[in-house]
Amino acid sequence: MWRAESVPGAAAGSAAQSRPAVPGWHLSLLRNEILTVFRRWRTLALLGVLAAVPVLVGVAVKVETGDGGPGGHGDGGPAFIAQVTGNGLFLVFTSLAATLPFFLPMAVGVVAGDSVAGEAGAGTLRYLLVAPAGRTRLLLVKYASVLVFCLAATLVVALSALTVGALLFPLGEVTLISGTTVSLGEGLLRALLIALVVAASLAGVAALGLFVSTLTGSGIAAMATTVGLLITVQIMDQFPQLDAVRPYFFPHYWMAFADLLRDPVTTEQLWRDLGLQGLYVAVFGSAAWARFTTRDVTA
Amino acid sequence: MARIHQPNPGAEGAEGAEGAAGTDAPGRGTGRRKAVRYAVPVAVAGVAAATIGIGSALAKSADPDLPRISAQDLVAKMAASDTQRISGSVKISTDLGLPSMPSGFSLEGMGEGKSGGKGDKGAKGDGSAASPESKLTELVSGTHTLRVAADGPDRQRLSVVERAAEYTVVHNGADVWAYDSASNTVHHSRNAEHAAGRQQAEPRDLSKATPQQLAKQALDAAGKTTDVSVDGTAKVAGRDAYQLVIKPKQQESTVGAVRIAVDAKTGVPLKFTLSAKSGGKAVVDAGFTSVDFGKPAAGAFTFTPPKGAKVTEGEPGGPARDGHGKDGHGKDGDQPLGKGLGALGLPGGGTDSSGTRVTGEGWASIVELKGADPAKSAKGAKAGEKKGANDKNAEAVLDSFGSKVSGDFGTGRLFSTRIVNALMTDDGRVLVGAVSKDALVKAANAAHSGK
Repeated sequence: MWRAESVPGAAAGSAAQSRPAVPGWHLSLLRNEILTVFRRWRTLALLGVLAAVPVLVGVAVKVETGDGGPGGHGDGGPAFIAQVTGNGLFLVFTSLAATLPFFLPMAVGVVAGDSVAGEAGAGTLRYLLVAPAGRTRLLLVKYASVLVFCLAATLVVALSALTVGALLFPLGEVTLISGTTVSLGEGLLRALLIALVVAASLAGVAALGLFVSTLTGSGIAAMATTVGLLITVQIMDQFPQLDAVRPYFFPHYWMAFADLLRDPVTTEQLWRDLGLQGLYVAVFGSAAWARFTTRDVTA
Repeated sequence: MARIHQPNPGAEGAEGAEGAAGTDAPGRGTGRRKAVRYAVPVAVAGVAAATIGIGSALAKSADPDLPRISAQDLVAKMAASDTQRISGSVKISTDLGLPSMPSGFSLEGMGEGKSGGKGDKGAKGDGSAASPESKLTELVSGTHTLRVAADGPDRQRLSVVERAAEYTVVHNGADVWAYDSASNTVHHSRNAEHAAGRQQAEPRDLSKATPQQLAKQALDAAGKTTDVSVDGTAKVAGRDAYQLVIKPKQQESTVGAVRIAVDAKTGVPLKFTLSAKSGGKAVVDAGFTSVDFGKPAAGAFTFTPPKGAKVTEGEPGGPARDGHGKDGHGKDGDQPLGKGLGALGLPGGGTDSSGTRVTGEGWASIVELKGADPAKSAKGAKAGEKKGANDKNAEAVLDSFGSKVSGDFGTGRLFSTRIVNALMTDDGRVLVGAVSKDALVKAANAAHSGK
């Protein structure tokens, strides 16, 4: 019997298991879950902090270059910051480059770590499981809502940066980092693609957070562990001595999103990044599933 | 928060839908189920690791079958190649065996760098100004990805791909633009006017980084000193290629072999590998990872400085030049890569400054410099022993890089890398060549007795 449950994709098999086969049933579950995530003050505060980063960066660049000095000094500061004064669109790229190493994954780690452990801690997980949803499906819905948060967080940064950039700096034709010039429309399209790639790059840390979240009954512990793991891996990714394993750290190819600003676009690193995220999702997603579907839920 | 651990996992009972559905054999069954489920992530990770392993093993595809060709025909084919249009990515790895000196390989850089680390600082200062010369020095160590595109002799483009940034040189007719996206600076020069000679040095230097030019220079060195042969075939950037092997005959040369992969169809060199006689990793390994002989997009050769970018004009005596000169690279600093190549034993690298003399021939040529600069720094360091801690440091640095040697010529310091050895005598001469240390000492003795 449990075998049918063990294949996550076997929707037909699990639907046959005395489950009310209402179409779109799990969509409403997903909607509920997403609403729960975005109704939390914690989530809104995280998004608020993320929205504030581009404002800070934009104002800082504006103040620094306001007295006629040249913008950017080449080294130091997040990528693309030198181009911001000439084109506000680059604030989107700078902000994403600035938030991607820690802010964005930290927010994702908080939400992902809280997803299952938070319910367990609050004593609501057992009620969720009483509903005839099945643990596999509940886990998938939880993960999907974390992914929605990844996308929302990235878009919040990007849109906030675009607004601030348009207000403080001129917008216009975009000079790509390869030196070729493209229209603003194409620049915006590339910015959207970059936001999507950045959101997808967070899928790995989301899966990791979900797995950690299934291990414990304390939401705080899961969040702290996920964020701690993130920081540890980010630091380890800096050591050249670990060259042999560095390509398998989930943040290793995060900056590959910048390749979308080359002309022609190089895709090698991008695919590596997405492939690596897929691998993390597969490994930690299935680990979370193995843990969640076999553990005792008493709270 | 209060989570009660149940002693018997099988007594899960009706906790949750899954629990109700999935426990047919309480106790042992749950344990097995757990084990099976945990095997899934382990299996996923295992399959991924195996795929990665197999993938990299398969990447070494078999050598293609091509009709046999003589070395002479192959060289002729290369010479006859009139490919004007090419675009692709080049990966260049350099391992000269230098003790972590990012700022290069130009001889001045060596002298300066060792006498107190000024060279390093200078190179960093240059980095912000987008002049092509400073960027080229960076290419001489580590691994870099370049993207090249060419459409005839007047339109070329070269980009150095960096992390989240790119450095691009666009040559279109009379204009040479260099754009450094990391610092958003532009360097512009025109090569139409009287300064043609000087300005043209830039695109020429840049083209030296492509396999074509590297291969050509190596072939020019051929003759009775060199053994040229064809050694099988290879697959480079998805194209069938012949392997041309060039081996120096002279014993004292430190160069083991130069291998050039020549495209079987077009005769364009696709890969250049220089290995040291001492073995190990290739000293220089430059090859296309992807190549296309079609016409590059016309937009690739146009450049408009972006708004807000700092533009420096590369007029002789202009601010960028001056800054460069002050950084201590001097006249020859303009051609670091050319110099580097020259020192690698590849003629044409440009050792045309005054006070130099070349002895020996072919691979064993030794360049002798009577530069005032190295002499000063050597003497300065020597005198420094009595002076202050600063100069003492310089002496220590010098000692850590070089070993002391003596001979008929007097005493000096020997600096060695995997390919190039240099002898700096205490009377201010510098001998450089891609030859063994003994050969350098011998040459210094000969020069001494010849005086």
